[in-house]
Amino acid sequence: MFSIDLLRDAVVLGVLLGCFYAAVSIGLSISFGLLDVPHVAHPAFLVLASYGVYLLNDSYDIDPLLAGLLLTPLFFLLGLVTYRLYHETFEKRGSDAAVRGIAFFFGVAFIIEVLIILQFGVDQRSVTASYIGKAWRFGDLRIPIRQLVAFAVAIGLTVLLAAYLSKTFMGRAIRAVAQDEEGLRLMGANPVRIKQVAFGIATAVLGIAGALLIIVAPVEPTLDRVYIGRTFCVVVMAGLGSISGTLIASIILGVAESIVLTMFGASWAPAISFALLLGVLAVRPQGLLGR
Amino acid sequence: MNRRRVIGWAVAGIALGLMSVASAEEPPIKIGMSMPQTGGLAGGGKASLLGIEIWRDDINAKGGLLGRKVELVVYDDKSSASETPALYAKLLDVDKVDLLFAPYATVPTAPIMPLVKQRGMLLMGNFSFQVNSKVHHDMWFNNAPWGPADSWATGFLTLGQKAGGKTVAILSADQEFAQNIATTARDVAKKLNLQVVFDQAYPPSTAEFSSIIRAVNAAKPDIVFVASYPPDSAGILRAVNEIGVGDNVKILGGAMVGLQFGAVMENMGSLLNGVVNFNTWLPEPSMYFDGTKAFFEKYSKRAVQAKVDPLGYYLAPYGYAMGQMIEEAVNATKSLDQKTLAKYLRENTHKTIVGPITFAEDGEWKESATLEAQFRGVKDKNMDQFRSAGKQVILFPDRLKTGDLITPFEDARNK
Repeated sequence: MFSIDLLRDAVVLGVLLGCFYAAVSIGLSISFGLLDVPHVAHPAFLVLASYGVYLLNDSYDIDPLLAGLLLTPLFFLLGLVTYRLYHETFEKRGSDAAVRGIAFFFGVAFIIEVLIILQFGVDQRSVTASYIGKAWRFGDLRIPIRQLVAFAVAIGLTVLLAAYLSKTFMGRAIRAVAQDEEGLRLMGANPVRIKQVAFGIATAVLGIAGALLIIVAPVEPTLDRVYIGRTFCVVVMAGLGSISGTLIASIILGVAESIVLTMFGASWAPAISFALLLGVLAVRPQGLLGR
Repeated sequence: MNRRRVIGWAVAGIALGLMSVASAEEPPIKIGMSMPQTGGLAGGGKASLLGIEIWRDDINAKGGLLGRKVELVVYDDKSSASETPALYAKLLDVDKVDLLFAPYATVPTAPIMPLVKQRGMLLMGNFSFQVNSKVHHDMWFNNAPWGPADSWATGFLTLGQKAGGKTVAILSADQEFAQNIATTARDVAKKLNLQVVFDQAYPPSTAEFSSIIRAVNAAKPDIVFVASYPPDSAGILRAVNEIGVGDNVKILGGAMVGLQFGAVMENMGSLLNGVVNFNTWLPEPSMYFDGTKAFFEKYSKRAVQAKVDPLGYYLAPYGYAMGQMIEEAVNATKSLDQKTLAKYLRENTHKTIVGPITFAEDGEWKESATLEAQFRGVKDKNMDQFRSAGKQVILFPDRLKTGDLITPFEDARNK
């Protein structure tokens, strides 16, 4: 089954899907890509943010995106606390800390999952907004508005974060700590504090990404498991720490998945992420835009 | 009688009394099971367990079974097929339970079938689909109204054909339950001379369904048969609403698990309108039997506290019915012997709150009571609307029918 219309629709829907993947992966690009923190609890924080958005939307009728924005300061603080805990218990104790740190973040992910189940139960939750469940028509092409929202927010987040990391003092410090922590220490800066702020930013971004997650589809407590593979795949394929690379890798992944889902059979879709990852790493071991 | 002798008699009397109390207080009858309480199947698992617990409390209030209290031994299987074999081995070898109930759903049940058969245990199935078709365990009794394997697809595809459908699209989740259903759908389509124009299995990790629904649309089917699991059903319907499946579709739905649960129905709201989907119990006039109303009065009160599905139509009454069948068999045979109980269950019709149940040779219901019902007039964000008749009109089977199909699908969505 092949037609130009079908291919066009698959590409358009794939770009939108890719931008959504970028939004949910961009925080990990900072925490794992720049800071080398094995943050496997990233998708659990993402789902936690979605539940926060659900609570605000359901109880106070606040628009999901605005609710996500309201959550960002809280998630910034959550990020600061989490990193400090990780640093004190694992990171500062030696070079094999990263490996043991994976256990720490797996534990955090399970705790978040259980807390969500205790508070909200196991049922799916979703939000209401005027742009959910509707589509824009362009001829015979229909585009879900919720996906356009994800697209716009992902582009906005990428531009803002890329500008922050390259134009501001703290942003440059974060890049510096990623490149040469020891050098930064010799210049009198406190790399732990800089990494803590960076981790806070990476977590704060999840407030908005969590809003997108629940806008795009209903959430349930164990949804984080679906996103672990995808988000890490995007970040590694992008090149560790590359914000713009994250957007490009996500779009490539989204378009590839969409074309496969539409034209070659849905069963093959999960293999696409990792086939692409292997392909990219074989040609460019540092990732698409890696350092 | 001197003082020392009085004390001696008193001590002896107390000891004798304690011994007789101990012999009168027989150990409880243990019923063991795993149940999904976390993971994708937890919503159903918790509701099912609550139905079973209500039965346990009712039977214990009546004095238990054979004069012994009934105790449930329950473990969380995390909705995972890899957990259940070890849990059931533990139930048999460590907890030494007297009877076994299966966990909710096909995926966690399938791996325990060989173990249960090997140990010669009777197993009350709990909404799994065709898990005994290859194992052939003669003490398997599936507590689910599916009946013959092709009943789900037959009901839905027959309705579609009567509405003028000639072509069918089959969209299914890539896992045990949905694949079994999809296989029967292909067979039934062949029998009914329906041409399959789209047939795909999507992976359980699929995050977004727009692309898949676009592909279904391109195939221009008359009938869209969907076999999906809870996390996906909502995503598929949302994509159907946004992308559209085409004006020629007469009927859409069939085997979408999830749309039976209160929270999902409330969340989906008006997006449900027009969808024809399977169900097991609905508050329609044809579905009330002895004890049904009293059960739901108890369930509604306890569901809030237990944070489970407030409606509980899909699984909870069947959990209760599972207990009722064991109660009837044990009381009639005065035995806990697995073979004796199995013989009784196989040879009799059982009166339950979900209606009379008779088992066929393979342990499935002799006659299917799988409902195909159409959502109508559903409003957004309103759980209570689903408690009244008319929101899910039963189209199939004929003996339980409460209305006719509205078609095509696009028209039905606006009703």
